[in-house]
Amino acid sequence: MYKYDEYDQAMVDARVEEFRDQTRRRLAGELTEDQFKPLRLMNGLYLQLHAYMLRVAIPYGTLNSQQMNMLGHIARKYDRGYGHFTTRQNIQYNWIKLEDAPDILADLSTVEMHAIQTSGNCIRNISSDQFAGAAADEITDPRPWAELLRQWSSFHPEFSYLPRKFKIAVIASDEDRAAMRLHDIGIQLIHNDAGKLGAKFFVGGGMGRTPMIGPEIRDFVPADELIHYAEACLRVYNRYGRRDNKYKARIKILVHELGKDEYTRQVEEEFAHMKTLGLNPPVAELARITEFFPDPAYDTTANDELDLTDPDFRIWVEQNTHPHKQAGYAIANISLKPTGGIPGDASADQIDLMADLAKEYSFDELRVTHAQNIVLPHVKKSELYALWQKLDDAGLAPANLDLISDMIACPGLDYCSLANARSIPVAQKIGQRFSDIGRQKELGELKLKISGCINACGHHHAGHIGILGVDRKGVENYQLSLGGSGAEDVSLAKITGPGFDEDGIVDAVEKVTDVYLRDREGDERFVDTYRRIGMVPFKEALYD
Amino acid sequence: MTDIIIFNDRSASDAVAVSLEGFLGASNTTAVRIEPGEDIRELLPHLDRVALVEINFPVFGDGRGYSAAQILREHGFTGELRAIGDVLVDQLAYMLRCGFDSADPDQALDADAVQNALNRYPHVYQKTTGTAPISGRRPIWEIRHE
Ligand code: SF4
Repeated sequence: MYKYDEYDQAMVDARVEEFRDQTRRRLAGELTEDQFKPLRLMNGLYLQLHAYMLRVAIPYGTLNSQQMNMLGHIARKYDRGYGHFTTRQNIQYNWIKLEDAPDILADLSTVEMHAIQTSGNCIRNISSDQFAGAAADEITDPRPWAELLRQWSSFHPEFSYLPRKFKIAVIASDEDRAAMRLHDIGIQLIHNDAGKLGAKFFVGGGMGRTPMIGPEIRDFVPADELIHYAEACLRVYNRYGRRDNKYKARIKILVHELGKDEYTRQVEEEFAHMKTLGLNPPVAELARITEFFPDPAYDTTANDELDLTDPDFRIWVEQNTHPHKQAGYAIANISLKPTGGIPGDASADQIDLMADLAKEYSFDELRVTHAQNIVLPHVKKSELYALWQKLDDAGLAPANLDLISDMIACPGLDYCSLANARSIPVAQKIGQRFSDIGRQKELGELKLKISGCINACGHHHAGHIGILGVDRKGVENYQLSLGGSGAEDVSLAKITGPGFDEDGIVDAVEKVTDVYLRDREGDERFVDTYRRIGMVPFKEALYD
Repeated sequence: MTDIIIFNDRSASDAVAVSLEGFLGASNTTAVRIEPGEDIRELLPHLDRVALVEINFPVFGDGRGYSAAQILREHGFTGELRAIGDVLVDQLAYMLRCGFDSADPDQALDADAVQNALNRYPHVYQKTTGTAPISGRRPIWEIRHE
């Protein structure tokens, strides 16, 4: 994992002191809320329905056990004993007091963590593949590139007051586990024909009220030009992105309105100019960062066989583990989606336990996924059973990864001041309706995603089944959509028709899964059947 | 009586800035004011006769002026570059790093707060061009590999 040097630490420490001073000025009345707002937002502090919410950055979703323990400590000391892992691979605390916020940032800085740029119209925390460094199908570990981008984007003098927030994802495999093409910039690392490593750029993806899939604008940017190219993409956006309407301010609208070709032309022009300025860190810097991400000291003689005689263990292994690039090891997913629970929530005790387990079984490493789960990336197969037993004891072994109950849900009206409807109770009811794991496995991979308003933090456009909460004459109403995907088969979901009330939406989900069970062929997933048979049979089941 | 703050040892220009359109239409003016929506690149062919460029920030959250400033400095502009409008102490360090060397804020800034803000961060992660105070700082990556 990356380790701060004196420079990185000095920057984070300076930020803590700056925010302490700003908070003091606010509490003393020297700053109005209007003046304070953009400053606290640069530090991830939102004012929500009931309290302040603090969003802590987990760069590219990677952390060690000491950092995880700190997240547990913050939940215990400053919140109500819980944290909420988000679709941006971050963690949020929902019950924060303003006067505590500087102390929390100071605590975080002792373990090389921060809340810098987790909100505001700036470049946000860089996201990546949660299996980075462990996946059998990656061509390289994308995290050094993400770290290079993290440093470049931190306190960027030109790009801290963009038209709107800006999200970047970096992956290094053809399978897309990070919804890369639904980001403002999606980067896929590839080898070119000469065997050189570089970046393919997709620009202008996003969800929100106008979802778009980011088009490819350049097939190869060499490693030593990555920052120049990113600067060029951002400068064109900062100058020409719309600022007259916040709903049209994301880069996807600019790329759409200019057209991909014209946007690309402007970026290339700017890129040619950037190259004359020497703004890109030398390749030696990427090499320096890469040295922090060596393979762990695997036991290369580890047994690749697994004893699956315990049927419950077997179900968990089948569902929640993923092939590791090293024989004898597996990637273990910890589902934060127990039946009736709040997707992505973990208690302080659970957070601490996961930290301990990472230390014991996974070379001290954890990951946060955009599906709001936790990953132990490097577990010896011979130790999986012991790990599973400890997870199970703590309620952390739901065997439902990528099944219908592994839902993404935003905080919705229970916490969020922008919400039109509640997301969490809907998620809980659907979870209860499909609580039988045998039934879930019968339905197979089924990505269900729920947002409490059109801002789409719950990624409903990218759900095989998507649910959007809307406000209909003061009553919560839920629209159903089908056929989205955030993976390498990326697509946007389509609305089925009129919405449903809270119980109606649970019934509606059941009806569309019945259509799938009736009409599926071979080993089709839900979304494959939908793509083959189209919307009509689902509509008939829902509305006739 | 002026509230103009100058961040280097020159004295602030007292030229009166005209609009970009006015500047391009007259050959005898030396000071120009740029609004957020205007293309700073139109000014580039005329840099040899510009002494002062004012870049307006009608609201601090409109960040187009940062790019305009960078482009000017990247193309060798050495005259005075002044941030005007909704210029607040918490944005000042970024402005200077993008090449501004003076400011005429709508609301006067506290001198101590200005000094604090400019001295707050010991390092920078990005390289920016220019000779204005703190704009030419060496980025961390350069120090690491010297
Ligand atoms: S989708 Fe809407 S309700 Fe849900 S978290 Fe985002 S803004 Fe809030």
